[in-house]
Amino acid sequence: MTMSEEIIIKDIIVGESEDYMINVGPQHPSTHGVLRLEVCLQGETVKYLIPHIGYIHRGIEKMCEFDTYSQIIHLTDRMDYLSAHMNNEAVCLMVENALQVEVPERVKYIRTILDELNRLASHQLWWAAFGMDLGALTTFFYGLRDREKILDIFEESFGSRLLHSFNYPGGLMHDVHPNFQKRTKEFLSYFRKKLPEYNQLLTDNVIFHQRSKGIGYMSKETAIAYGVTGPSGRGSGFSCDVRKYAPYSAYPVVKFEEKLRTEGDTFARYLVRMDEMVESMNIIEQLVDNIPEGDFTAKMRPVLKLPAGEYFQRVETARGELAIYLVSDGNKTPYRMKFRSPNFSNLFVLNKITAGGKIADLVAVSGSLDLVIPDIDR
Amino acid sequence: MQREELTDFLKTHFPGSVVREDAQYPELTVAAGDLTQTAAELKNNGDLAFDYLICLTAVDYKDKFTVVYHLESTLHRHLLVLKTEVPDRENPSVDTVSRLWPTADPHEREVYDLFGIRFNGHGNLQRLFLEEGYGFPLRKDFSDETRVLTLS
Repeated sequence: MTMSEEIIIKDIIVGESEDYMINVGPQHPSTHGVLRLEVCLQGETVKYLIPHIGYIHRGIEKMCEFDTYSQIIHLTDRMDYLSAHMNNEAVCLMVENALQVEVPERVKYIRTILDELNRLASHQLWWAAFGMDLGALTTFFYGLRDREKILDIFEESFGSRLLHSFNYPGGLMHDVHPNFQKRTKEFLSYFRKKLPEYNQLLTDNVIFHQRSKGIGYMSKETAIAYGVTGPSGRGSGFSCDVRKYAPYSAYPVVKFEEKLRTEGDTFARYLVRMDEMVESMNIIEQLVDNIPEGDFTAKMRPVLKLPAGEYFQRVETARGELAIYLVSDGNKTPYRMKFRSPNFSNLFVLNKITAGGKIADLVAVSGSLDLVIPDIDR
Repeated sequence: MQREELTDFLKTHFPGSVVREDAQYPELTVAAGDLTQTAAELKNNGDLAFDYLICLTAVDYKDKFTVVYHLESTLHRHLLVLKTEVPDRENPSVDTVSRLWPTADPHEREVYDLFGIRFNGHGNLQRLFLEEGYGFPLRKDFSDETRVLTLS
């Protein structure tokens, strides 16, 4: 255990019971953000844990009630900042569906490519941090080195690397950079060579197997009952890919597989993400040479007012299903906007799958859920 | 089940409830007293099998609260919106569904935190994001003194 500096022994109950409580977080590096886990231990065994959240609650849902739809885009970046493009797209798709705007084919293709590039960048960072959580420091350098290449592509086209706000209701803010296709293809040929290194370093590593196999078991029934979506749910065999079941943008025209595993342990969730990286590259390859010419946006009114009613839009982010539930009263601001964020549901399964395991495995299991805390707190 | 089949099935199975067909997904509105029974039927009936609770939230319509459940069946892949209305603003409460769908546990806590709607039978109904005594910010009558600029 190297966590001793970060873990504060809160309370030692003296007497007959040998249980004691420790706090992991809110400043612990393995929680990847301000999340506090109150862990009840019996020796080294976790009896139960209680997540405490809200440290970075900004009231995004309340702020949305005062903002126009084009302003809301900029708030959604700040939820799951590693899936910023997908979050933006969810709002755009909802507004476009509500106003019955048909966006140009070019926009659909570019959006889908960017979705998958964003997913790749997110999975690379997850891989980098997951290895580091388990003590393999090299993964962090490998992952960030390759992620940088994607961020450079983003920077060239949008001017920003992390929080893009590049989608806009009706299309895109502006057209992509002329180098976009060339650099994306360069990246794909580069990363296809680098991915085997990832596998050599971690996937085929015996020490890593011993740290990740057979721990944090989640059955398919548990995944469904707790609403665990994304790669975490698919590692348990829960088929939940929104790209398959409610396809949007250019997903109907591409061929891809939903990667499923049935083992349900930490290693299965790891493998699903590794497979998804290959699948993302396959999707981009199908699209990048065929981006149709045309406008980068449909004609939109300067002030967007959605017809009164209720709307529900789902997209697949890098961590699972993001759903937006919107109630409009016909004004330019929403009456009520709810973000069903994937990490919120994914977090609360942690007690179920770590109880009974060892405290040393807690970091591996929570790392395999790939939590982004601002998405939980919103 | 196809959409028409589903709405017909709901109409015959839940005669006391309101089924709306013209919305994005079929909508079923039940009285707050029938919620537990209806939810259990939706989940356990093999033809419906709504086992995945996507989203649970509430809306403040000023004269009433509406608690909204988005349900999907992973077996049949159909979606349903279940709603129940809570007219009491002073002491709003609904029965919990967290025993049917464990994911409802944190979602109901969130609704309690932001709307002040109590969920009867919920084992751990505490504030989630905010501290005790903060008020319920997603209610329409919540006044936030820190918001100086308004969009108008």
